[in-house]
This record gives sequence, structure tokens and C-alpha cells, in this order.
Amino acid sequence: MTMISLTAIAITLLLSLLLARPTGLYMAQAFNYEKSVLDRWFGWLEKPIYAIGGIQKDNQTWKQYALAVVLSNSVMILLVYLIFRFQGVLPLNPSGIASMEPTLAFNTAISFMTNTNLQHYSGESGLSYLSQMIGIVFMMFTAPASALAVLIAFIRGLAGKPLGNFFVDLIRCITRILLPIAFVLALVFVALGVPQTLEPTAAATTLEGVTQEIARGPVASFLSIKELGNNGGGFFGVNSAHPFENPGGISNLLQILLMLLLCTSLPFTYGKMVGNKKQGRVLFVSMAMMFIVFLGITLASENAGNPVVNALGIQHDQGSMEGKEARFGVAQSALYAVVTTASETGAVNTMHDTLTPIGGLITIGNMMLNTVFGGVGAGFINVLMYAMIAVFLSGLMVGRTPEFLGKKIEGKEMKLIAVTLIINPLLILLPTALAVMTQSDTISNPGFHGLTQALYEFTSSAANNGSGFEGLGDATPFWNITTGIVMFIGRYFSVITMLAVAGSLAVKKPVPETSGTFRTDNALFGTVFLGAVLIVGALTFFPALALGPIAEFLTLKP
Amino acid sequence: MSSKKSALTSEIITQATKQSFIKLDPRIMVRNPIMFVVEIGFIITLFLVFVPDAFGGAVSTGFNLAVAFILLFTVLFANFAEALAEGRGKAQADSLKKSKKEITANKLSGTTVKQIPSTDLRKGDLVIVSQGEMIPGDGEVIEGLASVDESAITGESAPVIKEAGGDFSSVTGGTKVISDRIKVRITSDPGESFLDRMISLVEGAKRQKTPNEIALNTVLVSLTIIFLIVVIALPFFAEYLDITLEVPVLIALLVCLIPTTIGGLLSAIGIAGMDRVTQFNVLAMSGKAVEASGDINTIILDKTGTITYGNRMASEFIPVGKHSKQDVAAWAALSSVQDETPEGRSVLELLNQQSITYDKAIIDGSDFVEFKAETRMSGMDLPDGRQIRKGAVDAVKQWVSGQGGFIPDDLQANSNAIASAGGTPLAVAVDQTIYGLIYLKDTVKPGMRERFEQMRKMGIKTIMCTGDNPLTAATIAAEAGVDDFIAESKPEDKIAVIRREQAEGKLVAMTGDGTNDAPALAQADVGIAMNSGTVAAKEAANMVDLDSDPSKIIEVVSIGKQLLMTRGALTTFSIANDIAKYFAIIPAMFMVAIPEMEVLNVMRLHSPLSAILSALIFNAVIIPLLIPLAMKGVKYKPMSSSQLLSRNLIVYGLGGVIVPFVGIKLIDLIVQFWV
Repeated sequence: MTMISLTAIAITLLLSLLLARPTGLYMAQAFNYEKSVLDRWFGWLEKPIYAIGGIQKDNQTWKQYALAVVLSNSVMILLVYLIFRFQGVLPLNPSGIASMEPTLAFNTAISFMTNTNLQHYSGESGLSYLSQMIGIVFMMFTAPASALAVLIAFIRGLAGKPLGNFFVDLIRCITRILLPIAFVLALVFVALGVPQTLEPTAAATTLEGVTQEIARGPVASFLSIKELGNNGGGFFGVNSAHPFENPGGISNLLQILLMLLLCTSLPFTYGKMVGNKKQGRVLFVSMAMMFIVFLGITLASENAGNPVVNALGIQHDQGSMEGKEARFGVAQSALYAVVTTASETGAVNTMHDTLTPIGGLITIGNMMLNTVFGGVGAGFINVLMYAMIAVFLSGLMVGRTPEFLGKKIEGKEMKLIAVTLIINPLLILLPTALAVMTQSDTISNPGFHGLTQALYEFTSSAANNGSGFEGLGDATPFWNITTGIVMFIGRYFSVITMLAVAGSLAVKKPVPETSGTFRTDNALFGTVFLGAVLIVGALTFFPALALGPIAEFLTLKP
Repeated sequence: MSSKKSALTSEIITQATKQSFIKLDPRIMVRNPIMFVVEIGFIITLFLVFVPDAFGGAVSTGFNLAVAFILLFTVLFANFAEALAEGRGKAQADSLKKSKKEITANKLSGTTVKQIPSTDLRKGDLVIVSQGEMIPGDGEVIEGLASVDESAITGESAPVIKEAGGDFSSVTGGTKVISDRIKVRITSDPGESFLDRMISLVEGAKRQKTPNEIALNTVLVSLTIIFLIVVIALPFFAEYLDITLEVPVLIALLVCLIPTTIGGLLSAIGIAGMDRVTQFNVLAMSGKAVEASGDINTIILDKTGTITYGNRMASEFIPVGKHSKQDVAAWAALSSVQDETPEGRSVLELLNQQSITYDKAIIDGSDFVEFKAETRMSGMDLPDGRQIRKGAVDAVKQWVSGQGGFIPDDLQANSNAIASAGGTPLAVAVDQTIYGLIYLKDTVKPGMRERFEQMRKMGIKTIMCTGDNPLTAATIAAEAGVDDFIAESKPEDKIAVIRREQAEGKLVAMTGDGTNDAPALAQADVGIAMNSGTVAAKEAANMVDLDSDPSKIIEVVSIGKQLLMTRGALTTFSIANDIAKYFAIIPAMFMVAIPEMEVLNVMRLHSPLSAILSALIFNAVIIPLLIPLAMKGVKYKPMSSSQLLSRNLIVYGLGGVIVPFVGIKLIDLIVQFWV
């Protein structure tokens, strides 16, 4: 790998680092219920929405908050499901795309509402412009906003404050964070050459004299929120590998920055909101360390290339180029792959199916852990959950009832956390077992790689990532329904349990800090946190990974 | 509890061995879900021994038998640990039961005394207990004074004085009167006495899981379920790859992964923690109280008796009028020669220290006058008719002026000076002459300063309660090194302080003995009553210190912390062990189908079968090996939480990663000769 490509990666990450803290502090301000200058800036937009929606701005209990999340999201799923089902007869369908079949519509509606954006269809041929704009883009705003709202409520609970109001948080997230940034970036993407049009597909005559239909549409507005909201669903089937969805180096850089923007800044939002900036920083550094290590491994592996291909005498100075865009090369593709799985975005600029086994292992591992930054909101809740597990174990080891931010973590909280811990392997391993047993004909590869394909699909669904390993004939009722259910439970189960934890912690009397209190804002705690994440994650998924990517790696010999 | 440290006798071990088989009953096992999973694994593999192809497997009977055998032992070891912990309590209970054997009570009905068995006594009955008799039940002395041997309960052989009224009126059934005779009102019905409660506590009959134990258990059960999911999914993955996984191998993997080490030792740790408190001669009414003591933020301590010896040490002789220091000292000494009170002895000591001599011959043949509450003086009546007295200043003044004596002008000023400095003045007089004052000073017990320093390190705030004026209190507080003090405190002040601290979210511990301490003891999160204290105090408290040593609260805190730490350390150890077990079993499972998996066999284990058996054997034997640690608890030294965590992480976390690699390899070196 050249110095230049490494420097490019370093600059990208440095920019991301510089943006994280100010964005985080801005977000803390945006959700602050006390009067601030932001009310003046955004009040004109928000007040009519509150009025039309008839929204009471009262604080909700955890049950009310959770109910509001699940119900409102379910209603949105239903609405968008109907749009997909009838897009063929609805307006804004210049290319005459047919309505979606029920299981695919079910899968797609859930997929976008849960911030997963698993796509069992190809955008240019499967969705009308109406579906793209009213269905998909609508959810691309409300899905991350819902997740972020839940996180903010969770943090408020930890800080011992009332949890707040879901609708206020949802709207503020859209008006104050997602909409302004997405709007500006959409214009930038247009300037970089991304199309933004309602015209139907363009017809072009190629050099050979053949007529080619070139898909286009309102891509730029789609693209900015796709990345910013960690949504990841592509306007086009091949996602950000498509020249219209990722025209070049600068757009690639911007996309990576957008994917990382919110999820890297949340630790700072958290630190500010709970009044313990150091702890936020410790969590940020811990996650960044995992990220850097994982990125390094992926880069090394992709750069080394495929030993079988190399042995054939094929020139491989550029590393494993199979399935990668020549425009981006190994370095930017590997970086994109690690960023998109770490941030649970799911956008791709390279085919993950053709990553080297170890590269595939890292991307799938990122999603299994879902704590290497993780998706907007949901990922950081997961991080805080692991922080509580770490606190629980450390607290025991120093002989005290564990405290987190001065709140005692007791039986009730641990029960909720314990149940949530089970959900992840349950949603990933059992459906994968079911799929490889019954659906082997839809898996394009035999052996270890085939197992990884199925494992990746359910991991991506459970973690609400949405990227695909591809190679699956996944637009079948089986895959549509199973991944739909996994995505739904993967998102809302932990929303409910974690809000319950927040509700329970919010009313607890804070324990004063003494020298006997176990500190949760130093390097030692960072270490315990990393240990908890890696050991629990590794122990849970090691056997599956051993049979998938690890076995593939070991057996991949010329 | 006559032998405080009940050692592990062979009888206890025999009993525990028997119990570990009795506990195999699935109805009992199901209470421990983790070990229950192991037992089911045992039943399945045992079934496979007889019907080898029940699941279409092709493993040898020998292997099935070996796995079944090891699983059985894993469960037995866990049962043994629990039974052993219970056994120590049972042994103590047995020795207590001996003191409970049938006692004949002299029940007073009207004016006649009737002899009835103690089991027929009811609350409110009056009994007479004379020298050499056992007290038939818990009660309160309502008449008389006696010295009582309470060694059956406290292990302390020196008898204690019990008398009607005041804070030393409560007596315990099963203790023995060794002098005099008392009338006792019985305060408990049969089966509810202190001794009964003690027996059931040490037996662990009423043991309930503590909040922390429940929380940890939830986590462990959830890990068990996770590994169940892992092991259920694995054969399907393998099937897709055309690899057949044998049922006993999957069971072996499951048992190795689920946290059997901590699961097997968890209840033993809890019981042993209670037991440690008991062996320390503190009776905890619940495990919850012991756990809570590890969380204590604030300890409220009485100054007198806990932090200081009380106003009892002579520190200076102050002459009054035209008398010399030598005069006061000499007369003070003469009045104290036969005085066995701490004050009296300290007077003689002070004389020694200051090398003041006096003529001891003067008192030959004189009579000692004991201190009495009415006179508030003690002294000597010399053969020549002179009377020496020392005592409370106003009492001596009265006595002197009663004989027409003269009161020196500077007496009052000097005695006020002593009092305002926090000391107690004693006047010394002979007939009509007052010679001077003895300055009795409050002295901080040796070692207290260091202990408070330790507590500060542990993050515990100490508050001293005293009836002294603020100035004196401040002096003592600074000398002892407590963090805070309440001067001129009344019993209700203690409750106020406890409430104030609790309102800040702190957990508060306190010790007390008097009836007026009872509300505060009940309010405190951890209230330790002195066994010498009143019934009311003991009932309000959640611990009773049988030695009546208030400073023991500090050790109780350590034991509470140790209990949690032991759980945490063994949990970490147990989970960390899994890494090595994976490296033993995963390559072993797939090596035949995927020879490249050999790379993961980092321990270079002999063969797949030996690897699986070695991991399983390690998993089983680690339980008995850790029993001593579970019983004794991990070492706790007061230090900052970060140091403590780093230390435990290295020992039990890193150790937990490394130890099984070594252990499994060593076991494999032996096992390889059989498979």
C-alpha cells in the first residue's frame, strides 16, 4: 500500500476526529429542554409541527416513551408498506415500476424503519420515485431520529433526569440535526456530480450503437441522509459503488465523514449531558482503538490479497481487487467497508462478498459487536449497556455494589441487561442455522463462504446494519420474512429493555462519590469495558466464525 | 461457638460428601440452573453409554462413559462445595444446640417456685436463677445482680455482670449464672429465643439469596442461555459443511463454556461469607446486611468505649490551696492502692511515670471504701481514724464541708478548667482538707488513627458521636483522625445524622447498645448491637456483636467487601477460562474434517479426544481447587478502588486466561496415555 493511500486514510480519520466533539456538544444543546438560542433558530419550523401534530411536550415515563417509539414506528412501517404495495398505480412513477410483492414490501418497510436498509430489491428497478422519496427518504430521517431520541432519553435517565418526550426529541433530531446537515450536503453532492432529478431513466446510445437505459433520479438528497443517518440503503442496487452515487474521491471522503459524524460525536453528547465529559472521552477512545485495530487488520488482509489468485501469477501489487471499484482501490474500499460496518450504516462502495476472509471477518465482527461506534443512537446504547456490564463486574471486584454515574446497578437492571444480551446471538445464530439447513439452494457458495453469507445476512439484520454479503438469492419469502422479523426484534427489543433500565435508574437516588467509588472515567475502566465487549462478543460468536471466515482463511491455499 | 474457629473436621467432610450425592436430586439441582444444565448433560451422556447410537452418533462407549463420569464429578464437586460451606455452619449449630439441651426452670408463680422444663416457659414468665444454674430463656433481669458466664454464646470466658435496670439487664438463655441470684422476666417464647435464631442462622436454614447474588445469578444464567444457543446452532452449521458433530462433544463444549466454576461455587461463597462474620463472633441476621456493610459510606461511632477509653486515665495532679503536687499525688495514690477501677489503676501508673514516691505504710490495716453511686466517692479509712476520699468534685466538697472543712478558693476554677478541656476532675481530700485534683483525661485507643486512615482510603467517612462540648469533641476528633463529629449529641441526634446521610444516598452503619440507640440502629443500613446491650437494641439491629466490641464494625465492612470481591473475582476467572477452553475444543471438533484447524490447537494437545477430555477435566477439578478460595474469600486490603481493581484484574482476569492453558496442557499430557 502506498504512502499516499495511508495518508489519505489518516487525513479522513483526522477530519472525523476534529468534527466529533463540536458536533457532539451541538447535539447535547439541541436536545436540551432549557431555552436556548437554538429555539429561536428552529422554532419557526418546529412550532407548526407541534401544532399540527397536537404534540403535548410533557415528560413521558419510560413505558410511555417506549410505547411512543414502537407505536409511531409501526404506523410508519404500515404507511410505507402500503406505498410500496401500490407504487405501480401511484404518481411519480415515470419509469413505470411495478408494485412490490407483499413479503418484499414487508421486509423493505421494516428494513428502512429500523435503520437497517437491508435491500432485497434493486433501487433503480424496484422502487418508483414516490417510494424513494416518500417512503425511503422519509424513513431515512425518522429511523435514525427515533434511535437517537431513544438514546437521548436513555442518557437523561442515567443523568437522573426525566426521560423527556419522544415526539419532541424526534422532531428536534430532524429539524436541528439531520435536516440542516443533509440539506447542505445534498447540495455539495450535486456539485460533485450526483444527479438530482425527477426525469425518468435516460436513454443513451453506446459506442457499439446499442441503446442503454441509464438510471437516475433524486439521488443527491437521498445520498446525504443515507450516510448521515447511518441508513445505508442505496438509491441504486450497487449502492455507493455506482458512479452516480459516489462520483469520486471527494464524495467518497464526504460519505465516510458523514457515516462517522453522528456516531463518533455521541460519546461527547453523552459526556456533556451526564456531566462527566471524561467518561464520554474514555468510551470514545475505547471505541476508536477497536476501530483502528480492525481497520489495520482489514487493510493488511486486503492488501495481501487472495493467496490462490496471487499464486496464479496474477499481478497483485494493488492487493485484492476482486469486487472493488478501480476508482477507489484497496485502501479506500477497505476503509469504507470498516466504517460502514462499524457505524452500522450498511452503505457499500465495494462488494463485501469478495473481501478476503479476514476482511469479511472484521466486517461481520463489527456488526456482531455493534459497539465499535455502532449505528446512530442504537450503537451507543449498546455501548452503554456493555459499560454497565463492565461496571457490574468491576464493582464486584472492588467489593461494592456496582455504581454507574452514581446510580446503583442492581438486580432489576442486570435482569434487563441479561435478557438483552441473549437477544443478539438468538437473532443471529438460530436463524442462520435455519437458513443453512433449509435454504441452501439460495446460497450461492458452498462450504465456509456460504455459511458466512448466511451468517452475514442475519448479523447485518440483527445489528440493523443493512449491508449485504450478497451472493444470496435473498428476495424470497423465506429471507424477506425471517430477516424482517430479525430486524424488527433487533431494533425494538433493546429499545424497550434499555428504556426500562433508564426508567429504573432515573428515579434512583445518586450515591455520592467517595474515594472508594470505582471510577468509570479512566483508562482502567476503558480496559475493562473493552474486555467485556471483546470477551462476551468473541465467546458468543467464535464457533460460528471459526466455521465461516476463519475456516475459509485457513483453507484458502494455492 | 465455644471453639471460634471451627476447623474442617473429618466429620464435616464426610457429611459434605454424603450431602453432595443427596443434592443430585434434580428437584434440588434445579435451584442452580447452571449446574442443572451440567446434570442434564450427564444424564444424556449416561444414556448414550447404554444406547450409543440414540442420536446416530459413532463415538465409542468409552468416550461417552468418560464424559458422563467427568460431568457427574463436576456436579458433585459443586455440591460438595456448597455442602462444605453449610457443614461448617451446621457444626457450629450443633455445638450451640448442646447449650440448648433441656434446662429446668424455677418458675415463679405468685410466691411459690415451681420446677418446669424450660420449653414450657412463655413470654412474661418470671424465673429465679441461682448460682450454678443455667438461665432457661432470654429475658431481662428485674431483680438482683449476678455474674454470668456467656461463653456458650460469645466464646468469651470472662463472666459478665448482669443487673436489674440499665443497659446490662438482658440475659440470654443457655448461659450460666456463676454467682449470686437473679430474678428474670422471660422475653421470648420457645423456638424464638436468641439461641434459636442463632442456630437457624448458622445452619443457613433461613438463607435467602441476597440482592447482589440474584443480580449476578441472572448474568450467569443469561451467559448459560447464550452458550446453549451457540451449541444448538453449531451442529446445523457443521451439517451444512458436511461435518458431523457428536452429541457428547457438543455437551462437553457446552459444559466447558457455561460458567460452571462460579456457578458451582456461588452459594458456597455466600454461605462462607456469612460464616466468616459468625466466626468473627458477629451474628448477622441476614446475608443482605453483610453485603450492605461492604457498601457503607458512613460509620457513626460513639466516642466513649469505641474510639477512646473514656474519661478514665489520670494524666495530671493539680494541687489546690497551698498544697503541693507531691501531697495530692501521694494522697491520691493512697486512696487508690486497692481501687481496681481503671481510674484507680491509672493514678498509680501516673505516679510511676512521674517517679513520685509516697509512704505506702500509712495504709497498713486500713479499710477500703468502695465507690457507690450515692456517695460518688471511694477511698480508705485509715487505722488512725483519718479518712481519705477521692471522687466527684461536688461530692467531695459536700463531704468536706459536712465535716466543717474549708473549700480552697482555686478549687472551682481548676476543676472548671479541666472540665472545659474535656477532662473529668476528681477531688482528693483527707478529712476536712482538700488537697487537689486528679485530671482524668480521655485517651484515644491505640491504633484507632490508623484504622480511620484505612477507612478513608476505602472511601468511608467516620463520624464520632459524643456528649462532650464542641471544643473537647474537636480535640478528640483531631487526635483520633475522624472525619466529622457531633458534639453534645443526644440519641435523637444520631437518627438525624443517619437520615441526613441517607438522604444524600449514603449507606450508614452504626453501633449501639442502649435502649435509646434502638431507633437509630433500626434506621441505619447496618446496625450492630452489642451483645451486652439491651434486648431492644439487639432486636433493632441487623447484626449482634457477641464480643461487644464496637470497633469491630470496621472488620465487618471488610468482610462484606470481601464477599462481593470473591464473587467478582471468581466470575471473571470463570469467564476468562473460556478462551483456553475454546482453543482446546474448537480445533478438536473440526480437526478431522478441516485439518487446517490444527493451527488453532495452540496448546498442541495430543488428539481431539484427549483435548476435549482434558478441557472437561480441567473444568471439573478447578471447582474443588477453588473451594478454599471461595471459603476464605479473596484477600482484601484497604486500598483505593483502582488499585484493587487492577490487582484483581491481573490475578483473576489475566490469571483466568493463562491458568487453563497450562492446566489443560498438563492434564492432556496425562490423558493422552488413555485415548
